Amino acid sequence: MVRPVRVPMSDEDVLALKAGDVVTISGIIVTGRDRIHQYLFDRRASNKDIPFDLSGKILYHCGPVVKKLDGGYTVIAAGPTTSMRVEMFEALILREYRIRGVMGKGGMGERTMQALKENCCVYFHTIGGAAVYLADRIEKTLGVWKVDEFGPTEAMWLFEVKNFPAIVTMDSYGNNIHRDIENMSLNKFAELIGK
Amino acid sequence: MLKLRDGIVELYKKVATSLPPDIEESLKSALSTEVEGSTGRLSLSFILDNIRLARETVRPICQDTGVPVFFLKVPVGLSQIELKDTILDATRIATAKVPLRPNAVDVISGKNSGDNTGEGFPVIYFEESPGSTLTIDLMLKGGGSENVGQLYKLPIEDLKARRDLEGVRTCVLDAVVKAQGRGCPPYILGIGIGASKDQVTKLAKEQLMRKLNDKNRVEELADLEERLLREINELGVGPQGLGGRTTALGVKLGVNHRHPASYFVDVSVSCWANRRGRLIW
Repeated sequence: MVRPVRVPMSDEDVLALKAGDVVTISGIIVTGRDRIHQYLFDRRASNKDIPFDLSGKILYHCGPVVKKLDGGYTVIAAGPTTSMRVEMFEALILREYRIRGVMGKGGMGERTMQALKENCCVYFHTIGGAAVYLADRIEKTLGVWKVDEFGPTEAMWLFEVKNFPAIVTMDSYGNNIHRDIENMSLNKFAELIGK
Repeated sequence: MLKLRDGIVELYKKVATSLPPDIEESLKSALSTEVEGSTGRLSLSFILDNIRLARETVRPICQDTGVPVFFLKVPVGLSQIELKDTILDATRIATAKVPLRPNAVDVISGKNSGDNTGEGFPVIYFEESPGSTLTIDLMLKGGGSENVGQLYKLPIEDLKARRDLEGVRTCVLDAVVKAQGRGCPPYILGIGIGASKDQVTKLAKEQLMRKLNDKNRVEELADLEERLLREINELGVGPQGLGGRTTALGVKLGVNHRHPASYFVDVSVSCWANRRGRLIW
């Protein structure tokens, strides 16, 4: 069963989601990868500096391929990037900016796991490499921040998405599919090499 | 050289937007082995839809169009300086035309060059070869899977890995367990073994250019490739690292002679989107 998720999300929306749920996301999401995370962490840019409101939104780890056209931007390809690279920044960012969902690929570490519990937040894994399929679920580019300074890959994009597929892999109750799979595979590894 | 330049632009387009048929077929058969209703099966079905959609609409399969890595076999007498200039021109054109994501970032200033060219970018390996044909192999190597690659120096006591093929096997399994789902499985693994670090990393990458059904000519290595593929799939990491039966589609080993004191093993990991192609000129 596929569960629809509307963004912005409320506490109730987050609490209703459990690890393993397959969802389709509709509403407004923002992107941010290495440079945006480092910038927000170091500068604590205020909501006045950022041209859009992040509260209740999903922060998507993605550096898209975009084409600039006369009337604005078209997104050509927009799959997730590896979330673990921003582990050292994420806990503070989702607390400071009241983010309700983090989306990327591969899951995150213990610090983010703890922050998800404390801030009523959830992690979505979406399909790594399915960039065209996912770009076609972006209905509209609503805005962009830091594109001149960071370039289009590292900028923060504001997208309106419709039926964007993802899987809840870390929920606000401390369940973590990535950790479970890792433990299982480590046991199997020990068995294979006879440790 | 102008015609060659346009040929390389076309090669870029083909490699970025259409996955080699052997890999697509392998992903299709993987789908049928995953349990009905599992996230592994669901992930593979999205991946296969995406591959078809990218090919039909001529868009890049993945937004990370990677580091372009060229392996050239150059006939005697053809200028490598001119070939390099032609590749750089083709790279600039392809970046705007395909389009590719600009991925070349200056280490000092942090500035993106905007056209996928820069110091040592793209990566180009030349090798002079007999005959009159120029062979250009191109791989677009994504950053996520490149980041989960590992270089090992045997022996490693913690892993009980000795300086033999059993030790190599342990390294490869260890690399996959460490990678988990961070580099977009199902993976294709290229492994290089030999005496020096720079040589084994290149050798490992070269293995990723081999077709999945390309059987190693050395029997011992062919056996190990087969065994490793089976064992990696027993680890249960699965498509996208969310669990399942397909963690890798292929394992390819390459060996050089080693030094008595050195036994380096490089594990180069490719995501499922192992984008490779060839231009013969």
